[in-house]
Amino acid sequence: MLLKRLTEASGISGNEWEVRNLIINEIKDHVDDLKIDKLGNVIAFKKGKEIPKKLMITAHMDEVGLMIIDVDDKGYIKFTTVGGIDKRILVSKPVLVGDKKIPGVIGSKPIHLQMKEERDKAIEVDNLYIDIGVDSKEEALKYVKIGDYITFDSRYIEFGDNLIKAKALDNRVGCSLLIELIKEVEDISFYGVFTVMEEVGLKGAGPAAYSVDPDICIVLEGTLCYDVPEIDSHFIPTRLNDGPAISLIDKTTLFNKALREKIVEIAKLNDIPYQYRKSSMGGNDSGKIHTTKEGAITATISVPCRNIHSPTSVMSRKDYENTLKLLKAILCEYKKGEFTSGI
Amino acid sequence: MEFNSKLLKGLVTTYGPSGNETKICNYIKEQIENYVDEIIIDNLGNLIARKKGNGKKIMIAAHMDQIGLMITDIDDNGFLRFTNIGGISPIVSLNQHVIFENGVVGIIAMEPMEDISKIKLSNLFIDIGVKDKKEAESLVNIGDICVYLSHYSENENVIFTGAIDDRIGCYVAIEAIKRIKNYKNDLYFVFTVQEEVGLRGAKTSAYKINPDICIALDVTGSGDTPKAKTFAVGLHKGTAIKVKDNSILTHPKLRNVMINIAKENNIPYQLEVLEYGGTDSGAVHLTREGVTSGVISIPTRYVHSTTEMVSKKDVLNSIKLLMKLLENDLNL
Repeated sequence: MLLKRLTEASGISGNEWEVRNLIINEIKDHVDDLKIDKLGNVIAFKKGKEIPKKLMITAHMDEVGLMIIDVDDKGYIKFTTVGGIDKRILVSKPVLVGDKKIPGVIGSKPIHLQMKEERDKAIEVDNLYIDIGVDSKEEALKYVKIGDYITFDSRYIEFGDNLIKAKALDNRVGCSLLIELIKEVEDISFYGVFTVMEEVGLKGAGPAAYSVDPDICIVLEGTLCYDVPEIDSHFIPTRLNDGPAISLIDKTTLFNKALREKIVEIAKLNDIPYQYRKSSMGGNDSGKIHTTKEGAITATISVPCRNIHSPTSVMSRKDYENTLKLLKAILCEYKKGEFTSGI
Repeated sequence: MEFNSKLLKGLVTTYGPSGNETKICNYIKEQIENYVDEIIIDNLGNLIARKKGNGKKIMIAAHMDQIGLMITDIDDNGFLRFTNIGGISPIVSLNQHVIFENGVVGIIAMEPMEDISKIKLSNLFIDIGVKDKKEAESLVNIGDICVYLSHYSENENVIFTGAIDDRIGCYVAIEAIKRIKNYKNDLYFVFTVQEEVGLRGAKTSAYKINPDICIALDVTGSGDTPKAKTFAVGLHKGTAIKVKDNSILTHPKLRNVMINIAKENNIPYQLEVLEYGGTDSGAVHLTREGVTSGVISIPTRYVHSTTEMVSKKDVLNSIKLLMKLLENDLNL
């Protein structure tokens, strides 16, 4: 299954080759032009009916993870984070180190040796280490080196009522949606762009947008979801199973109102459930894309993901199917040429 | 030059928060269309008005957006929760009136709090006086943006009103557009969008125009109120020529030309070294291969509150300086 292969592939920011190769293999027979730019973005073009406003659909390929900063005398690996990771989720997790995917586990000082004040706080990354089962620095350096990336070791699992648990759902879910669109949608010209290094500051999207120079861009994402008990509704950004989440605002973009309303209208017309992403926190590739060159009109459509940026993110297959349905309906309207009127 | 209170009142009372600038854009367009050669509105909504000339391309930027509050949630009883569009303070917001694009009015109130100094925007809600969620949803939607509803008043010296940031810059630009005759260069007056959320409209419009020189018109703070942080700019002391803020160190050659022109024409001015904040020139001067940029600032008290204050004389002197600057050939 595509989403299983995508989420189990490695692709931490700056090291996206494995997931990129997978994506290219999936789409290469379905596009008219395909290039990898200098930063590693995949820019695919599908030729079809010419529409006056150039459309780009993007999803970032990279995921958050860890990187080796040092190896100590005993062969324990010290590491830093790449992208935003809540340090509380790190301890005791299995990981895969380096391109050879050497198995390891994240350890820390045991609780009975921790001072009382240490027990009350999340363990600092400085006080964590990765154990790859060696007993010296020399031995460790046979398998790994400083600068190697470390991914969470987490299998893709389907569970409960149509739920999926995996790592890197942010944003392999967006990649999966975009791949399916590229494969299934015919007769429409659009650019499908898989960007690099979103998690470390939207680095890939700017140069990709500079190259494509779109008029309209739809950014596909996996986004915050914490529909847990005892939180007031205004603190809940999205809810699982409530459908694709349409962004209003985040730290990088005030999403275009006319485009947003058009998308909502299409969802209503096609009986597709939708919700607004209520949080104003975070940011995504749209931040760079809408201010590149003379500016583009952008929207973000996301699949809600619980426990985002962790090895155990959770999403709903129903949300995925509804997001895909909405995207196809949008492309159908875009093809008619009416989608862009008034925008 | 008389102070045109009618125009300023129109500008500050026309709705236009960041990302929702259509109404203010149309209002400004009506004011200037008979005085310019070309008007376009770009992808993000910037209003670009050109007064054709030979010579260098000069971009004059004033942002037309204002800060606001975006609705993110409507509860069962019809109370609205919101997030900020630009710099919205919870302290300033408490018990203020707000107005939506469709004219719906509400007030901002807070949950009971033991320690009011810990107040955050998430402790506040908007009450639009409805009975339930259904009635609320018939008036407003999630994603709608409201702005502070402010009263306009003035005396001989000053204007008291909201949205002076930066409708006063728009006012200076409009008055210059109407009056200027002997300009030496090719002028692009840009009424930018989304300045309050990060100078976004200035960035894309500058890319499009590719100007040689940019002059932004915006408010600055004042250091002349009781116990104010040290800041040399104050009201009634003239227009302010910016040296720096957090977004730009203005180009020294352009700044010196501005100072010399002010001196030659007896326009009172003050130099502004601002230790916070930013304005459109900050985005413009880094566009493409770089743009020589400066800023004419209008000293303003109580910026980003519901009632900001400017001196009429400072505003008129800002218009004078801008016009004299545009009548110069600006060979730097």
